[in-house]
Amino acid sequence: MTEITIAPINFSNPELIDKIIPELKKILAAPTNINPLTTDLSFAYSVERRQYYSTKILQYLLPYSEKLTGKFLALVEVDLYIPVFTYVFGEAQLNGKVSLVSLCRLHEEFYSGITDERLLIIRTVKEILHELGHNFGLIHCKDWDCVMHSSLGIEEVDIKGIDYCESCKSKISF
Amino acid sequence: MEKKHRILVVDDEEIVRQSLLAWFKEDGYDIDTAENADAALRLFETGKYSLILLDIKMPGMSGMDLLIKLKEYDPNAIIILITAYASVSSAVKALKSGAYDYITKPIDPDELSHIVEKALYQKNLEAENVKLKESIDEIAKPDNLIGESHQMKEIYNLIHTVAPTDTTVLILGESGTGKELVAKAIHLNSKRKYFPMVTVNCGALPETLLESELFGHEKGAFTGAHYRRKGKFEMANGGTIFLDEIGTISNKVQVELLRVIETKQFTRVGGSETISSDFRVIAATNENLEELVKEGKFREDLYYRLNVFTIHIPPLRERVDDIPLLANYFLKKYTSSMNKKITGMSDEAINFMLKYKWHGNVRELENAIERAVVVCRNDKIQLEDLPFKVSNNKQWNDVEDKSLSEVEKRHITLVLKENNWTISKSADDLKIDRVTLYNKIKKYGLRKPE
Repeated sequence: MTEITIAPINFSNPELIDKIIPELKKILAAPTNINPLTTDLSFAYSVERRQYYSTKILQYLLPYSEKLTGKFLALVEVDLYIPVFTYVFGEAQLNGKVSLVSLCRLHEEFYSGITDERLLIIRTVKEILHELGHNFGLIHCKDWDCVMHSSLGIEEVDIKGIDYCESCKSKISF
Repeated sequence: MEKKHRILVVDDEEIVRQSLLAWFKEDGYDIDTAENADAALRLFETGKYSLILLDIKMPGMSGMDLLIKLKEYDPNAIIILITAYASVSSAVKALKSGAYDYITKPIDPDELSHIVEKALYQKNLEAENVKLKESIDEIAKPDNLIGESHQMKEIYNLIHTVAPTDTTVLILGESGTGKELVAKAIHLNSKRKYFPMVTVNCGALPETLLESELFGHEKGAFTGAHYRRKGKFEMANGGTIFLDEIGTISNKVQVELLRVIETKQFTRVGGSETISSDFRVIAATNENLEELVKEGKFREDLYYRLNVFTIHIPPLRERVDDIPLLANYFLKKYTSSMNKKITGMSDEAINFMLKYKWHGNVRELENAIERAVVVCRNDKIQLEDLPFKVSNNKQWNDVEDKSLSEVEKRHITLVLKENNWTISKSADDLKIDRVTLYNKIKKYGLRKPE
């Protein structure tokens, strides 16, 4: 069975990972392995935008996945962008091994100043499942109840479902 | 099968082309890219594109000139212009030249995606209308809206009738009967199905957060509001808003809701701009709204606004025919997710489930089956796997040990007692006519307690 390696990078709150993983396992029917990393991401930092270029981080992470048979998902706390867009929640190789999710814009404090850890965990699980879905070859789904629905703002992360729809589920082979 | 849309991205910057290529691939589109007008025209000759994203400032032929050229080839082409510089004059010029819309770099992904989706949605509408007409006899429903009883068939008919309209629907039913699933089925069978159904659990919403939650807020509206935030009514634009537990909302919120439902307009907290949103309202409650109106706890005007088309979902105990169907559905669901090999349920377990009252309705049945799958050690769910203290249930033990006539006597006594000896209601519950019930009372010598 495909193993999923979750790699929190430079995480300031490791306890949060301990809360995210059990929620993730409720939906993800694949063995999960946690591999925290400490690494300098300044190579991807844009001084002008005060954000990190997600594609560069993704490329940097490719060697980490080489020896793995499964998928490698990195979790970061920094704000991500790709040049044409103002921001991204994450990025993944379509049909590949590596993906990346940022928690920066998943915090409710970011929008309203209100701390809501439960909401942060749910949003993070959704985005992890979403990016992993791309790794498994899934494209965006039109079903709003499916976690593969595109989420173009935090409001859309909140209203989409937390699990894959039956159609997407049937296309994933763990 | 739905046809894949082809999109052409024309931009002289490699990084923009690659970013948009990756972005649209995740949406499942067929993407081509061109670095200048010549390359774009060559690609354009090989086939039609549903949509073209075009950078205004390019070396050689500018995006604006290319737009005019492409429009000559295909007047129906949808072209969205991209530029690093926002200026009203160039935007107006672009739109006058036939561009569908205009967007500035760096692009807000939300904005780009909505423009693209809206454009392609319009293109799809005609074909979609034909499809809708063809499939009018069958309703789409969520996988877990299950039931073949005559009561459920009647509900499917009501869904079929009301879904294509924009009528407000009020769904009534006890907790756990599946009100949200019925709302979902209405949404899925309406022309709004490609837009979201946004659920608001009115009972769970503290009044202090309600305004911001429903209407959104502007950046700086209050301490900590660092970014603009859309509210539920705005998110439901084009789709459906499902107001669950509507009977629990305060009078203040009732006034606000009534106003928004009537005008379809609101302002974000801290904002002055009037936002319009095109949503359909479906509300649900397990309370008796009519009673609440009489008691002055629910506004009459809001009640009449919501109570346009009512669907009443019967409790599970009134549609026992559906219990085996539902139980098997949940059994399959949980054996699959827990990877257990359980092939069915024992007759004893099924018989018990058919007689059980299920006050928590379908939700309680689902929980019972989930628990049973966890503890089951056989290839079939046994009675003792169900989460009821059967061994302590005197009534059940008594029933097991006695003759059929004794079971009937005890059951009729129980139903009469539950209904305070109202004969017509008891006969209804027992699914027999009143004459038969009188005969049985006489046969078993039953008497109303003093």
